[in-house]
Amino acid sequence: MTLYVLRRAGLLVVSLFAASVLIFLVLRLLPGDVAQTIGGIKATPTQVAAVRHDLGLDRPLTAQYGSWIGGVVTGDFGRSVLDGTSVSGQLAEKFAVTGPLAVGAVLLALGFAVPLGVLAAVRRDSRLGGAVNALGQLGIALPTLWVGLLLVVVFAVQVRWLPAQGFPVDGWDEPGRALRSLVLPWLTLALSEGAVLLRFVRSAVLDVLHQDWLRTARAKGHTRTSALLRHGLRNAAVPVVSVLGLQIAALVAGAVVVEQVFVLPGVGQMLITDVGNRDLDKVQGEILLLTGAVLVIGFVVDLVHRLIDPKLRSAV
Amino acid sequence: MSVPSSRVLRALLKSRSGFAGSVLVGVLVLSALVSLVWTPYDPTLARPQDSWLLPLSGGHVLGTDRLGRDELSQLLTGARSTLRTALLAAAIAAVVGLALALAAVLVPRWIGAAVVQFTDVLIAFPVLLIAMILTAVYGGSTWTAVTAIGVGAGVNVARVARAEAGRVLGTDYVLAAHAAGSGTWRTVRRHVLPNIAPTLIVQLSLVLSVAVLAEAALSYLGFGTPPPAVSWGRMLHEQQSYITARPLLVIWPGLAVVCSVLGFNLLGDGLREAADARLRVRELQEVPGA
Repeated sequence: MTLYVLRRAGLLVVSLFAASVLIFLVLRLLPGDVAQTIGGIKATPTQVAAVRHDLGLDRPLTAQYGSWIGGVVTGDFGRSVLDGTSVSGQLAEKFAVTGPLAVGAVLLALGFAVPLGVLAAVRRDSRLGGAVNALGQLGIALPTLWVGLLLVVVFAVQVRWLPAQGFPVDGWDEPGRALRSLVLPWLTLALSEGAVLLRFVRSAVLDVLHQDWLRTARAKGHTRTSALLRHGLRNAAVPVVSVLGLQIAALVAGAVVVEQVFVLPGVGQMLITDVGNRDLDKVQGEILLLTGAVLVIGFVVDLVHRLIDPKLRSAV
Repeated sequence: MSVPSSRVLRALLKSRSGFAGSVLVGVLVLSALVSLVWTPYDPTLARPQDSWLLPLSGGHVLGTDRLGRDELSQLLTGARSTLRTALLAAAIAAVVGLALALAAVLVPRWIGAAVVQFTDVLIAFPVLLIAMILTAVYGGSTWTAVTAIGVGAGVNVARVARAEAGRVLGTDYVLAAHAAGSGTWRTVRRHVLPNIAPTLIVQLSLVLSVAVLAEAALSYLGFGTPPPAVSWGRMLHEQQSYITARPLLVIWPGLAVVCSVLGFNLLGDGLREAADARLRVRELQEVPGA
């Protein structure tokens, strides 16, 4: 197991490095000229050159990359060239919104996708199972942002139980209001993530249902339900966990959209604002942060996958 | 070659999901085509005297928005940018996916491993983030959206295509072709591509559905095709502020997106079943000969 962890950790470091180089190159090589954007349309060539020098853009690429990544390693993810705000300075505050949003949504998605997926598999020939499966199919086709808008129409406009958008200015100092403003975003994100999970849970459980060892468990006196609970679900969880890992990228994208729909001041909204302002230094850091998160969570999921898979564990 | 494809078509229309998918995609394509020659009103023409008309009033089937623009005309025209983005993105995804997949299986092993690793790193970039990088640099446009969706979906296609191509390359008939003196490219053209085509086509129909969703999200965020082009995502964005007054106006564009996505998804399911059926038919035919 230690060897596996080390090898997988090495792979993670290589992936993070490759991602950072990719982001750096795309943002540094492609743009016509950042300095031109900052200097404005009327800037003379000398002024543009001065801006380039100030930003360090006239240094060789490797040196630029080195100083950027050096900053990243010490926790400096970039600074706005427009207003001087820094990613790291805003991160804690923004993450206090995005973190709970993402974690809560995943838990909620698992909370309904697992039981419903098992139900759809076990009762696959009944009308109920078919209906659950069809709902999952429909859920995948629903755009996250539209689900959000529909929930707003129902819960904020029609019955007025919950706020339509926004987050309290004092953040989590007002826990009640903060929680209330996260309810609809949680539901939105959980529904779109959960629909995909539901389908995978269903097919994983279907797979397990046909295994010989499950029949053996029945022969040993387990009822259908207890055999499934004691042996089936553990095994069905293996592919579901790896799907969860693949879903992280979708979750990040979903969070960005949901924050925009509900006007939540999180990491996603910071990114959208900075992209709108074409504030490349910050965008570079933020994108690295988000893809880094995807890669790191993927790493953790892989380890969990390894731990829970009975076949892989016995080989360790 | 023409016989099996007509057989696939028949099998496709016979399966329930294939039929439903074909109908929904047909409606999307038809809306886009019709909007080229006719819409009830000019979709971008603001007529303040007609603002906020309810459905079926003043000659507007689905009503009008704040600026008095006809909702149905906007929906029909929006089908155009949805379809265009989806098709272009799928084309890019096919090229990117095939190139990465073939690069991974055909070159010396250590380069192949690097390509695989590179693909896996790219998969960690959500489509939305790729689109945002390109938008930050160039500003939002049709082609930044198309490129982002195409590349983002293409790396996922690459993963599937790589596995298929690897499988085909390991078969006896490829070995036989090599023994008979067939070069790498000839093998790829004659054996690998035709054999991974069914899988690839199913994957691409799924890319189309992902692209429709992504296009809606991007244009909602303001990173898609800029105005005056009409897109469903931007209609949703524009209507969000008036959701209290006219909730119906956010229902229609969303429904249009859902139907298109569902259409491509079901079409993919149907194609998969049809391709399986074709394989079964071929096997059955081959048995008596053997």
